[in-house]
Amino acid sequence: MTPIFELDAVSRTFPGSPPLEALRDVSLSMDEGGYLSIAGPSGSGKTTLLNILGCLDRPTAGGYYLTGIDVGKLSDAKRTALRGQRIGFAFQAFHLLPYRSVMENVITGLLYNRVPRRERKRLALDALDRVGLSERRSYDPRRLSGGERQRVAIARALVSRPAILLCDEPTGNLDTKTGSAILDLFDELVADGLTLVVVTHDAAVSSRAGRTVEIVDGVLTEGVAA
Amino acid sequence: MLSRPGRTILTVLGTVLGVAALVATLGIAKTAGNQIVQTFDALAATSVTVQPRDTGFGFGGSRSSSNIPWDSEERLARLNGVVTSGTMTRVDTQGSLVTAVPINDPLGRSEFSIGMFAVSPGLFETVGAELATGRFFDSGHSERGDLVAVLGPGAATRLNIAIVDQQPAIFVGDTTLIVIGLLEDVAQEPGLLDSIIVSNGTARRHFGLTGLSEVHIRTEIGAAQLIGSQAALALSPVDPGLLRVSVPPEPGAVRSAVEEDVNTLFLVLGGVSVLVGAIGIANVTLVSVLERVGEIGLRRAVGAARRHIAGQFLVESASMGLVGGVIGAAVGVLVIVGVSAARTWTPVLDPIYPLAAPAAGAVVGLAAGLYPAWRASRLEPVEALRQL
Repeated sequence: MTPIFELDAVSRTFPGSPPLEALRDVSLSMDEGGYLSIAGPSGSGKTTLLNILGCLDRPTAGGYYLTGIDVGKLSDAKRTALRGQRIGFAFQAFHLLPYRSVMENVITGLLYNRVPRRERKRLALDALDRVGLSERRSYDPRRLSGGERQRVAIARALVSRPAILLCDEPTGNLDTKTGSAILDLFDELVADGLTLVVVTHDAAVSSRAGRTVEIVDGVLTEGVAA
Repeated sequence: MLSRPGRTILTVLGTVLGVAALVATLGIAKTAGNQIVQTFDALAATSVTVQPRDTGFGFGGSRSSSNIPWDSEERLARLNGVVTSGTMTRVDTQGSLVTAVPINDPLGRSEFSIGMFAVSPGLFETVGAELATGRFFDSGHSERGDLVAVLGPGAATRLNIAIVDQQPAIFVGDTTLIVIGLLEDVAQEPGLLDSIIVSNGTARRHFGLTGLSEVHIRTEIGAAQLIGSQAALALSPVDPGLLRVSVPPEPGAVRSAVEEDVNTLFLVLGGVSVLVGAIGIANVTLVSVLERVGEIGLRRAVGAARRHIAGQFLVESASMGLVGGVIGAAVGVLVIVGVSAARTWTPVLDPIYPLAAPAAGAVVGLAAGLYPAWRASRLEPVEALRQL
């Protein structure tokens, strides 16, 4: 079985003086349906790794293969299309659009995927159902609690039925109880066959993941140092 | 755009003012132009004048160089569209003074220098002359060279003649003329009011007139241009180029001249307003791009290509321009109607302007959004997401 993604000796250097080596020679691969947690202190390169996994950024050296496709060889437009089809993002700050209903926010995840208008609504309702928020579909997201907002963001990420869900500190803005409810949701999603990659420095998150890696100063190590 | 209605309204206002100014300008210019044509002087519009062209060759006297025939009236009467016509020529009286009494009164001034015109009988009607008393001379007087004259009111007052029942005589140098009529007024050629008017035949026989200097033609309404093109040939078939025909300016030409005058200034003002409106839209769209960097990043993350982002901002700026154009066109039409109502004019507006104005607004908005949209599309998603 081909891994769902594979990083082959990836480095990412940001130009400047001195140049910043955010990732050094990182190799990592993962099978479909896995649950990976990437831990590490601030500034260690976690988010850079997530951006490369999400096709938002390109490695300076090394190769990245997403579902067997060499992302490094794709044009900007093709990378964007691949991102829209295969990747779902959930961010620490949710990034919901104000002045738009919960439903419209979820539909945003489908806008650029050539999904027919009527289909969008059905898929969005499915995704909201999945995170248990279909009752709140017409709400303005500013009226929702933090946990609910993160659920909307996850619904938006799931609506396009991505191969991988990438989450950047999904519980970072939530209290322990709400955060743990999100983690329960993650468990369910993984049980349904979703591949999940979570960047976190929250030990509670790492403990739930099937596999944990840690980055320190751009160098990836398997498992978490005690 | 809808999330900040206040700002959107203020932004759109610039375009509204610009488009309204443009539409109102075009409409008012057209309305005023139309008004001018409506009140256009019907008298002047049916008046054609023919004079000998100044050839520059030195003939003895200006009279002898004339190519205007003595039977001008008959020739022109054959043209369809001519109502009346007549010739009018200043007569050189060799400085002769004019008096109404044969005796030289040493106490009061009784001798005057008064100009003389030789005219054909049709001229009186052609220039709209009205009689105070007496009669005009006719072609019989002219053929016989009768010593009769009609006086303009100014000349009559100076010569102290108020009635013609007694057939008063005046003396031009040694020539005696019987006054048979006094003018009340003329609609054209006010020079006649201060003159002695004699027939062409009289002037030829007694005052040495050798040629004619001017033909006045009154045409049917709308026939002036046609007659203008035919008169020279009718009067001088051998060489019409020797005659110079003056026709009134075409009503259409007058209208467009007026429209042009009014337009130029206000079109510049309207253009400046539209430009200011466009800069406003560009400015607000740019601010909006900077404010929504996070949203742009998110949209890029969920699969929006650069062209999607650019398109989103272009649609927003074009919508603002379109709304501005629609409101501006409405305001402009209201201004035209308002001005017309205040002046009791008939509002006239080419329907293409209010229809084209929204499109023009949209184009202005689109153009204004080009740079901000380009900026937005160049944002790197990673950078954009970091700024949230």
